Amino acid sequence: MSDESVETAFDTFLNALADGKGYYLKCMNGHASLPPRYGCPDCGATDLERQPLPDVGEIVAMTTIRVPAPAFAEAAPYVLAVAKFGPVRLTGRLLNIDPDDDTVESGALVSATASSVGDESFVAFELR
Amino acid sequence: MTAVRIAGVGMTPFGSHPETTGRELFGEASCVALDDAGVPCDDVDALFYGNFMGAFAEKQNHHGPLMADAAGVTAPATRFESACASSGVAVREAVSKIRAGQADVILVGGMERMTNLSTASTTEALATAGDELYEGRAGLTFPGAYAMMTDAYFAAHDADRTDLAHIAVKNHANAVENELAQYQQAIDIDDVLEAPMVADPVGLYDASPITDGASALVLTGEDYAEANDLDASIAVTGSGQGTDSLSLQGRESLTRTPAAEQAAEDAYTDANVGPDDIDVAEVHDCFTIAEVLAIESLGFYEPGTGYRAARDGETTRDGDLPVNLSGGLKAKGHPVGATGAAQLVELTKLLRGEHVNSDAVADAETAVTHNAGATVASAVVHVLEVVE
Ligand SMILES: [Zn+2]
Repeated sequence: MSDESVETAFDTFLNALADGKGYYLKCMNGHASLPPRYGCPDCGATDLERQPLPDVGEIVAMTTIRVPAPAFAEAAPYVLAVAKFGPVRLTGRLLNIDPDDDTVESGALVSATASSVGDESFVAFELR
Repeated sequence: MTAVRIAGVGMTPFGSHPETTGRELFGEASCVALDDAGVPCDDVDALFYGNFMGAFAEKQNHHGPLMADAAGVTAPATRFESACASSGVAVREAVSKIRAGQADVILVGGMERMTNLSTASTTEALATAGDELYEGRAGLTFPGAYAMMTDAYFAAHDADRTDLAHIAVKNHANAVENELAQYQQAIDIDDVLEAPMVADPVGLYDASPITDGASALVLTGEDYAEANDLDASIAVTGSGQGTDSLSLQGRESLTRTPAAEQAAEDAYTDANVGPDDIDVAEVHDCFTIAEVLAIESLGFYEPGTGYRAARDGETTRDGDLPVNLSGGLKAKGHPVGATGAAQLVELTKLLRGEHVNSDAVADAETAVTHNAGATVASAVVHVLEVVE
């Protein structure tokens, strides 16, 4: 449970996603990564600049969670996906989907936003 | 460099033992191993021990001293945590220390206590093996992560759930006579395909169970084994380890496990063997897709082709390369922190001719273990050889 008076770099990133102003980090050698991060995971460079996250991502893998962890008991079943946004991939919950009625497949296009359960915020996707 | 011998092995029965504490479980496995080795407790120079979720299961960290006490040894004791690869990593560090001449005898193993927790709490604990910010918070469970790897593999290759079901059926068949296995019963393809979904397309029978258990080995230097006239016919001749991005999203591909490829390459080079030399393997089949990725990463199959191996009878008991003759994690059980060392315990018995399934690999001389942490963000591979 996070202290609401403290904003981590991950919170900042989620807030930006929710505002439609998502970003990723790019090092001087052109490697892309995601916050929170001090140095580039590929080369260790520390001059990381924010670059706008592409508006549209493509789902590359997905699942419907039917046996959830306790915090998500009321949300189950729910759909999670990894989607590719240009040079980075994000893991997120697909919002407004009933996994047993709606058909979503890899290749579907999504936009990234943020959602929350209790005090915990996370990356979420909406179908385009 | 001193060569490393396996002088003794021990395991508790794997299964549901909610009434038994972790210290009792590891005490049992280590006493069996020390007795098997015929090595006095006083000769143990170090205890290396793997455990993943002790803080959840028993509100207990700092297992090193607790488990030294349980094993009846007074040597310096250290706990290793690398999720499901915890005791595989412990074995690798023990091998390294003996080779460096810094120890003659190391007691190494692992323990996990899980069934005293509810399924929900175990699910929560296992999810901490992934990236908390990007995966845990979004509700990604451990089966869910492997479900996404399965989904990606199905999309990239011609594989389907029936191919994977053959892996579960094979591993259950192997465990039927293994009295230490959690599930000593056969299942059929329909059992797997008709089981409830945990995280689509992973069904209940694609998943390894929740298990209590412990495993232990007594590793010694070759010189110590000879000087003390030990019956230590199996050597650890190769060791390798690899690391990948903790999160799935940090990886180029969800259908390859480069950490295991690296671990295998290094272990083969270390032992001066190649995939064609391997007679039998114990691999990390926490989910059915994981066995496919394992046998591909070990170089037995090209990427994208391993899914047919069980269905075609190549990795079954009577196949050219039996995989998981113990029953694997799927049927033997998967007490997370005990699993890596347990693979070496089972292979040692198989190679010694003492295992109930030894007759399936009577002429085997070279074997390999593949132990993975979480979604193979950690991987450890060991090569075992018969030396006398
Ligand atoms: Zn870089």
